[in-house]
Amino acid sequence: MRNPVVIAATALALLAGPAQAQISDGIVKIGVLNDQSSLYADLAGQGSVVAARMAVEDFGAAAKGLKVEIIFADHQNKADVGSQIARQWYDAEKVDMIMDVPNSGVALAVNQITRDKGKAFIVSSAASSDLTGKACSPNTVHWTYDTWALANGTGNAIVKTGGDSWFFITADYAFGHALERDTEAVVVKTGGKVLGKVRHPLNNQDFSSFLLQAQASKAKIIGLANAGGDTTNAIKQGAEFGIVKGGQNFAGLLVFLTDVHALGLDKAQGLIFTETFYWDLNERTRAFAKRFAERNRGIHPTMIHAGVYAGTLHYLKAVEALKGDDGAKVIAKMKEMPTDDPLFGKGTIRADGRKIHPAYLVEVKKPDESKYPWDYYKVRATIPAEQAFRPIDQGDCPLVKK
Amino acid sequence: MFQFLGIPPQALFGQLLIGLINGSFYALLSLGLSVIFGLLNIINFAHGAQYMMGAFVAYFLLQYAGLGYWWALLLTPVLMAGLGMALERTTLKRLYHLDHLYGLLLTFGFALIIQGVFRHAFGSSGLPYPIPPELAGGRNLGFMFLPNYRAWVIVLSVGVCLVTWYVIERTKLGSYLRAATENPALVRAFGINVPRMITLTYGFGVGLAALAGVLAAPIYQVNPLMGADLIIVVFAVVVIGGMGSIMGSIVTGFALGVVEGLTKVFYPEASNTVIFVIMAIVLLIRPTGLFGRAS
Repeated sequence: MRNPVVIAATALALLAGPAQAQISDGIVKIGVLNDQSSLYADLAGQGSVVAARMAVEDFGAAAKGLKVEIIFADHQNKADVGSQIARQWYDAEKVDMIMDVPNSGVALAVNQITRDKGKAFIVSSAASSDLTGKACSPNTVHWTYDTWALANGTGNAIVKTGGDSWFFITADYAFGHALERDTEAVVVKTGGKVLGKVRHPLNNQDFSSFLLQAQASKAKIIGLANAGGDTTNAIKQGAEFGIVKGGQNFAGLLVFLTDVHALGLDKAQGLIFTETFYWDLNERTRAFAKRFAERNRGIHPTMIHAGVYAGTLHYLKAVEALKGDDGAKVIAKMKEMPTDDPLFGKGTIRADGRKIHPAYLVEVKKPDESKYPWDYYKVRATIPAEQAFRPIDQGDCPLVKK
Repeated sequence: MFQFLGIPPQALFGQLLIGLINGSFYALLSLGLSVIFGLLNIINFAHGAQYMMGAFVAYFLLQYAGLGYWWALLLTPVLMAGLGMALERTTLKRLYHLDHLYGLLLTFGFALIIQGVFRHAFGSSGLPYPIPPELAGGRNLGFMFLPNYRAWVIVLSVGVCLVTWYVIERTKLGSYLRAATENPALVRAFGINVPRMITLTYGFGVGLAALAGVLAAPIYQVNPLMGADLIIVVFAVVVIGGMGSIMGSIVTGFALGVVEGLTKVFYPEASNTVIFVIMAIVLLIRPTGLFGRAS
């Protein structure tokens, strides 16, 4: 029998979605490469493109006679698609810098390609601390956060308040593995223990099976080493299975503002996690959020968007200072110049490519504590910049002289 | 304590039950696809998008009309069936005399457009939909905690599946339907309005997808991508069960849910591929599917 469904299923694999913007021969060309259509599209996606454009405008590129162009593409969370776009951008479309790149698997691939081609790469979304560890590169800056910072902020806080036995539900790819590894290290170091772990495929719909395993482990804390839609689905279904009522608690190791928005405060309340940016921190962040939301369907900026904005701004400053856009040279200049932007304040970039700024331990508000739209977090503690990230000598980065 | 391959029996029973619940969705969706394929010879690629729209309609009803879950359960399939019939009347019926592939491409196009529009309007993180208060909470079965809502999902979908099967395979109406697919000209000669019957059938299939969407809304986020994620698996279920076989879809849907559930215990990393492995094996050994008739 001819079986059209099989042909159809093949066709469907292509369904994931197109979106590639077009080209010109602008002088400084920035390519925002991220997930435009799937589970990370709200926390990065078009918002990152908006943030990059805002940075170009605020930098005053046109007034300074610098021609900057922003293009974007969808890597569909596939390392091969991302690599192919990165190569095409660098080789054929004269892209000077690639920005954002959620999904550590894709980011690690782009990291290597950027190095081989001598271009520049600024990471905002991808989390793996390997990007400034054993995979560190003279062509890469890791801006917003990383798995070590999340583990350190959230893991420490939770173990210290009595959450000393853990079960991990981990996304089965580079990011999840790194986040689980870094968190486990913190848990064990602070005297806790890990009772078990389970790894789920990326973009999983049903978590009940994993939740049941977590429930059976009797661990006090269920650590979610995943992100975006995976985290929201796990928490939502956890409520259904009575996880919290049964005395266990979730630790969302990477939760974004958009995830809290999607869950709703009644499901998300009480979650504690680490962010490096919150839109409601001060006057400058609020002003940015207002302008950003107007251009991004009302969605307020996540820390990813803030990182894209600040990273692009600092990159352009370095290009201006250098009067050139050679990848390695610009990155070196970025490390040499102190950073200063309205969102992260003053900071520095270390030799291993790690951008240093404070991190915030936040707690999601109860529904009756939230006074206005997007009023979601209470900042419980500020982790100072020098403690927020992995000490430079512990990352095994070959660029760091011991 | 007795253990099976290192897994305590409690955990195993729990996972079997979870598998059945997920199987309910596979069964409901593949049933709709099978009915449509069996009677219209159209491979309805928009099925996932229609499932997603079902969830969104439930969300809209709650948000803008203040109508809760039970109303949504009743109204959504009807509304979506109406929409489906309009689609069938205006576009699909022009393709019946052509090869399967044309219907497939058309519905595939619809799926892409619908999904794109919803994603543009609502983003990709999804919208929250609460569990109805009557079904909140759960009970401890000793070997697992069973949320009431999930129990309801199994009961309702088994019921709907069985009724559908009975109507198509055992009633006079069903026999007309089946006869109309075998030989429409002859059935028309008996004075039966075949085009109207086909329109209603498509509407029914779409209604089933929408019903599954409403059922899914409180469990998953109401998300523009929920259909695209699920439909690939559902097509695999249909292929394994045998194209157009009603009972095949139901049994295979539930069985594969269980297989997937067990995979999540023994080797979770493979849980989203196991169904395709089975599909490949079945296609090699029985190309018409487990319950399919050779044509």
